[in-house]
Amino acid sequence: MTTARSTTRPPVPPSGTTGTTVSPVRLAWLHLRYQFLETVRVPIAVIGNAVFPSLAMLFFVVPQSEVAGDPQIATMAVAGLGLFAVCSASLFTYGLGVAEDRALPFDPFLRSLPAGPGPRLVARVGNGAAFALIGLIPLIVVAWLFTAAAVTTVQLVAGVGMILAASVPFVLLGMGVGYSLTAKAALPVVQVILFPLAFAGGLFLPPVMFPYWMDTLSQATPTRAGRDLLVQALTGAEANPWAWPVLLGWTVLFAALAVWAYRRDEGRRFR
Amino acid sequence: MSVIEVDGVTRRFGEVVALDDVSLDVGAGELVGLLGPNGAGKSTLLSLISGQRRPDVGTVRLMGGDPRDAPSRISLGITPQETGLPATLKVREVVDFVAGHFPRPVPTGELLDQFGLTEMARKQTGALSGGQKRRLAVALSLVGNPRVVLLDEPTTGLDVGARQALWDAIRRYHAGGGTVLLTSHYLEEVQALAERVVVIDHGVVRADDSLDAILRRVALRRVVLTVKDDLSAWPGVVRVEQVGVTGADGATRQELFTPDADALVRDLVRADVDFRDLEIRGASLEEAFAEMVAAESPLEGATR
Repeated sequence: MTTARSTTRPPVPPSGTTGTTVSPVRLAWLHLRYQFLETVRVPIAVIGNAVFPSLAMLFFVVPQSEVAGDPQIATMAVAGLGLFAVCSASLFTYGLGVAEDRALPFDPFLRSLPAGPGPRLVARVGNGAAFALIGLIPLIVVAWLFTAAAVTTVQLVAGVGMILAASVPFVLLGMGVGYSLTAKAALPVVQVILFPLAFAGGLFLPPVMFPYWMDTLSQATPTRAGRDLLVQALTGAEANPWAWPVLLGWTVLFAALAVWAYRRDEGRRFR
Repeated sequence: MSVIEVDGVTRRFGEVVALDDVSLDVGAGELVGLLGPNGAGKSTLLSLISGQRRPDVGTVRLMGGDPRDAPSRISLGITPQETGLPATLKVREVVDFVAGHFPRPVPTGELLDQFGLTEMARKQTGALSGGQKRRLAVALSLVGNPRVVLLDEPTTGLDVGARQALWDAIRRYHAGGGTVLLTSHYLEEVQALAERVVVIDHGVVRADDSLDAILRRVALRRVVLTVKDDLSAWPGVVRVEQVGVTGADGATRQELFTPDADALVRDLVRADVDFRDLEIRGASLEEAFAEMVAAESPLEGATR
């Protein structure tokens, strides 16, 4: 819609009775608690999320002894799958979840409460991170029990921190999709985004197997940047110096997309 | 001070004009009923006032501010649609959650008590009956101690007892100084609650007056007869509609709207007006209302 902005009058100072809104930090915490509560009340969502990466590990990595038996390669495989699981959870939870939420009649009600978009977005990111962590636990257990993957405690903590940082752009991208599209459109769009990005980022096949041109292209993707940084955190293998700028650049871009999409969205569209 | 100010607002959805140059001012402490058939533009108007949408043209002010800014909405309460309550959350949790958005909320226990929901507090909202969900929805509009509440069809589909209980709650809130803007397509509901009535149809405000004036306007009798003379200027006739084609004798079937059918008929007989096929019907409120919003008969055309 290209139309005149709504309010043309100068802003009026709030009258004495209007008061101030609840602090954004408290609101974010409030939304985080209730989003978490809503999610855990549907156990299958939690279980599916927690089981998927470890199952993939069991089926695709553990049986290949040349991968599972080599500490370095096994750790890289765990890193790739772990990051894929987190990316996939982020894109699906936010892309699809937000699009579905928007179709619910409770959403316009929430938007009428005296809170801006910030607290809800922050809570969604936090909630996504919490469930990503829950999903990583069985993956780490499987990797520890059945493969030669080995990390020190410090590396493990660094790796978990890194995977959470790497998930942020995907959460934001998911929200951008979710606030722009209907649930029906969001599903294929998320799939079209996720799988090429995961493949090009070396989450399924290690990038050493890529031809030169593809390796170069891959460096520019957020998945590759996240993967390289994660592998660096877990194994000490030096990442491309461009990995951080690439990851942060995508994060800023997707954050802008998410905020733009939220502002533009007015709930369900009517035709 | 105006609590709600809508000024020259137009809102389109694609080709459909949901609101067409609508203006509405609601002052503090008013109880205004927004009346209109489904699809008239009532809900669109509420969504503009609550900051969920922005108008294409015109301005909307809430408590003097832009309703799209969160601080303007601190004094606003609205009802969620009952079907939209998060099904997995418990009643107390939903109330606490919504209350957490406001600086001075009503204590949850007190609110649940006031709406008779105390026993349901530990139930998931998905397990509530329709009436209980409605009560919770209206309770949620009041949880933030608002100065103005927007109630969208607050009692649609409720039985008489439940409806009365909700009406009482709305009256109590209003008696305490609260401002209420409620929509309904039931005249009865608006009649029971509102002091001022705004009739809206096809995105246009058709009437905006006190409840009494609106009732006088719609509580008319219809005298239908076939007559040669044009009776539109007859004393006591508010409005005339031609309901049939002019016959060979030059007489037309006419529908006369009048507040007092008996007096009108006595007058016609006394004046020896040559009419036939007399028929008198009470225009029920529903009928009169339907007529009021029919696009073909704008109220402005009424002779008063």
